[in-house]
Amino acid sequence: MKSILKKALIISAFSIAPTAFALDMTGAGATFPYPIYAKWAEAYKAKTGSNLNYQSIGSSGGIKQIKAKTVDFGATDNPVKFDELEKDGLVQFPAIIGGVVPVINVEGVKPGEMRLDGPTLADIFQGVISDWGDKRIAIMNPGVKIPSGPITVVVRADGSGTTAIFSDYLAKTSTLFKDAVGSGANVKWPAASTVGGKGNEGVAANVTRVKNAVGYVEYAYAKKNKMTFLSMKNKDGNFVAPDDLTFAAAAAGTDWSQIPGMGTFITNAPGAKSWPITGASFILIYKNPENKANVAEVVKFFDFAFKDGKKMAEDLDYVPMPDKTTDFIRKNVFTKIVTK
Amino acid sequence: MNNTSNLNPAIYAKRKRVNKIGLTLSMGAMVLGMVFLFWILGVLFFKGFSALDLSLFTASTPAPGSEGGGLANAIVGSLLLVGTCTLISTPVGVLAGLYLSEYGDRSRVASVTRFVTDIMLSAPSIVIGLFVYAFVVAQVRHFSGWAGTIALALIAIPVVVRTTENMLRLVPGSLREAAYALGTPKWKVAFMVTLRAAQSGVITGVLLALARVSGETAPLLFTALNNQFFSTNMNAPMANLPVVIFQFAMSPYDNWVNLAWGGALLITFAVLGLNILARVVFREKVQA
Amino acid sequence: MDITQSHSAPTPQAVRIAKLQRIQDFLFHAITQFFAISVLIALMGIIISLTINAWPALHTFGPAFFFTQEWDIVNGEFGGLIAIYGTLVTSIIALLIAVPLSFGIAVFLTELCPGPLRRPLGTAIELLAAVPSIIYGMFGLFIFAPLFAEYIQPALAATLGQIPFFGILFSGAFNGIGILCAGLILAMMILPFIASVMRDVFEIVPPVLKESAYGIGCTTWEVVKNVVLPYTKAGVIGGIMLGLGRALGETMAVTFVIGNAHRLSPSLFSPGTSIASTLANEFGEAEAGNHLSSLYALGLALFIITFIVLALAKWMLNNMEKKQGLKT
Repeated sequence: MKSILKKALIISAFSIAPTAFALDMTGAGATFPYPIYAKWAEAYKAKTGSNLNYQSIGSSGGIKQIKAKTVDFGATDNPVKFDELEKDGLVQFPAIIGGVVPVINVEGVKPGEMRLDGPTLADIFQGVISDWGDKRIAIMNPGVKIPSGPITVVVRADGSGTTAIFSDYLAKTSTLFKDAVGSGANVKWPAASTVGGKGNEGVAANVTRVKNAVGYVEYAYAKKNKMTFLSMKNKDGNFVAPDDLTFAAAAAGTDWSQIPGMGTFITNAPGAKSWPITGASFILIYKNPENKANVAEVVKFFDFAFKDGKKMAEDLDYVPMPDKTTDFIRKNVFTKIVTK
Repeated sequence: MNNTSNLNPAIYAKRKRVNKIGLTLSMGAMVLGMVFLFWILGVLFFKGFSALDLSLFTASTPAPGSEGGGLANAIVGSLLLVGTCTLISTPVGVLAGLYLSEYGDRSRVASVTRFVTDIMLSAPSIVIGLFVYAFVVAQVRHFSGWAGTIALALIAIPVVVRTTENMLRLVPGSLREAAYALGTPKWKVAFMVTLRAAQSGVITGVLLALARVSGETAPLLFTALNNQFFSTNMNAPMANLPVVIFQFAMSPYDNWVNLAWGGALLITFAVLGLNILARVVFREKVQA
Repeated sequence: MDITQSHSAPTPQAVRIAKLQRIQDFLFHAITQFFAISVLIALMGIIISLTINAWPALHTFGPAFFFTQEWDIVNGEFGGLIAIYGTLVTSIIALLIAVPLSFGIAVFLTELCPGPLRRPLGTAIELLAAVPSIIYGMFGLFIFAPLFAEYIQPALAATLGQIPFFGILFSGAFNGIGILCAGLILAMMILPFIASVMRDVFEIVPPVLKESAYGIGCTTWEVVKNVVLPYTKAGVIGGIMLGLGRALGETMAVTFVIGNAHRLSPSLFSPGTSIASTLANEFGEAEAGNHLSSLYALGLALFIITFIVLALAKWMLNNMEKKQGLKT
């Protein structure tokens, strides 16, 4: 018993010993950019030794925890409005661009093979179309063998920026959806057979496990797990498959510097090659943070990510922010954060 | 005396039939129950063993999409959390148990405390996590290993209190009275006679509490949160096995799911090991 | 020997020691009482903290909160019915399955089991009760739910689902995950727990009672039904309620397989949610206001339900111990 006590005391002593040089920063929020933030954090640790611990708890979680000041920065794909930013003393900037893709688990259908448009997809998620054998799906997919079966809709159980982006797209393309369901981080999905998953991971896991399921995830999750994604009809009328080129095409027209608070949706963007469900993920930081040393390091981290993280982002099929925008962020956003 | 003429063969046959059916159903229930339980354990061992290799203990948790990785940070984090929880809950629990056994018969406070302890024994652990979030995390404005430890301690203390009290009560009164007769003050009797006589039982209680909190996930979700990196800083979010398993198991990445099974196997071994150790310690006491 | 020596006045040294010991005893009493009361205070603190945080929601929605079938995060309208329904239904399903099976296991272990197997099997059951619940959740999600969707759900729909009125319980898509699956996983989780309590309780029936019954020619089943069960009635019910308490509060085993959908459906195949999984999913992100407060209200509801179940169990077990003369 005594020796156990000794060992326990030694272990506790280690935990209280100060970690002098490497800083431990904590961020929490969206699962949408989690793969790339974690990759960047690994690279940053290799370079500087500081640990940027990012916990993916959902966009709404990111907003809540930064407002409660329990983390150094929050991450959300559901941008916060400018008035609210000003009221809480926060700054917001986009860190990465990616695409939300509908994914299915239907036997015999290959990735990109099934094509749909916004209104049909909205009908499926609303429960108006409830079987894969429905004619409305078959019309858009001549020559593709789609076995019939009841559709199980997989959505987010937690408050999600991915949901915000996806529902924003459905509401833009289908007035029926807009009136009946609306858009936002939490949406009341009306389909009778709706299953909720926690985070993008939970939705991906559920879609891969439940037969005849349809869900929506950020593209990195679909690609990594070799899921069957859909090709979608964009605003210009072309059917496109998701990848970083089509995401970049969609984001090309956005001038971030003109938007107060830099928060906006870029769904259903014009452009021949644009992917219609593209979105950006934002970072929230206090203008006057309590832990100035940590937040200074967070700012350095994103500066590093903007400069050196581009290839890592492209490897995961995200679109890094263009240089014009990152220069704007350095000049107009980082300068507002008081770190001394 | 020949009683068989009084025997109604029909009723007797019916009774035999009912007996046979009942016992067969019992046997069937036993088989069904055992099948399920061993199926679960079998799956756990099978899937978990394939994840067990050295890198599990040396590498930290991988980023989503990265290959390989291990559970080193989670294992160390769990050891720290459970270890500090034991350091807190053992003295508190043992002293409270001492009070209940030495002064408990005459005190109203003691009987209420006993009742309350039993309620807390089975309180939903997620509610305790909510309480610690509201009380600790929201107040100091960050997640921390300490908050996680406090949540675990609130679950462990009732276990220690109850087993300590029960074990102390088993010590024969004559032992205590002999000590009093020598003029020993009450506190010396308690520590040097009663507690010493019951020490293996008390240690059993501590081990059982340890086993119980090792597998708890819900109270750590909003207190210690989780950490991607290796850290021993108790004042910051701390990686721990149960939350990592929760996150990894629900994910679509193969290496994450594999690590989740490996971690689940580790926790099960630890819990079973502690329970078996508790039994061995207790049996020694009874034989001594 | 001069016994008058023992009646002389105490030495100053003895007086000093006695005074010191009085102070030490007082301190001992005070310190141990302090720690005992701190456990009491911790529980009071939990209940008070929950109530304070739940108050805004209870104030806004009134007691009708617990019967409202609404969970609209966007518009701030909340009601606890869906989560409470999920918690209660999964727990009841778990009990309906686990209790008969546990009873069978307990009867086997006490009456039928050959001697050398008795200890190892009994120990095996107790060890299984210690397996962390997250294992059951993972088993449910990875192994059980796909099998459930592939074989068991179609079979149930084809047989029990055809019965009028009752059949609606087994209608709907075969997702695998859902309320019924969560109930079954919970049943597996509380099975070893209830079985070992029942076994313990059956074992303390005085052998003389059983033997008198055997002596007049009772079959084993009749002994169990008419002697063991009535004698251990309170203990058995207490054990069942303890298992129910565990099932009600279980988070991990349920969150994996219940489907996490805020919907109330008559079908057991449909996904739903329980109080504990709602808390696990939404607590990290609920902003202060109606949402967070409603979550605390759910937590308070769960705590109260568990409290009542456990208080009843304690009372019954106490009753049983009184009958045996172990307590007064």
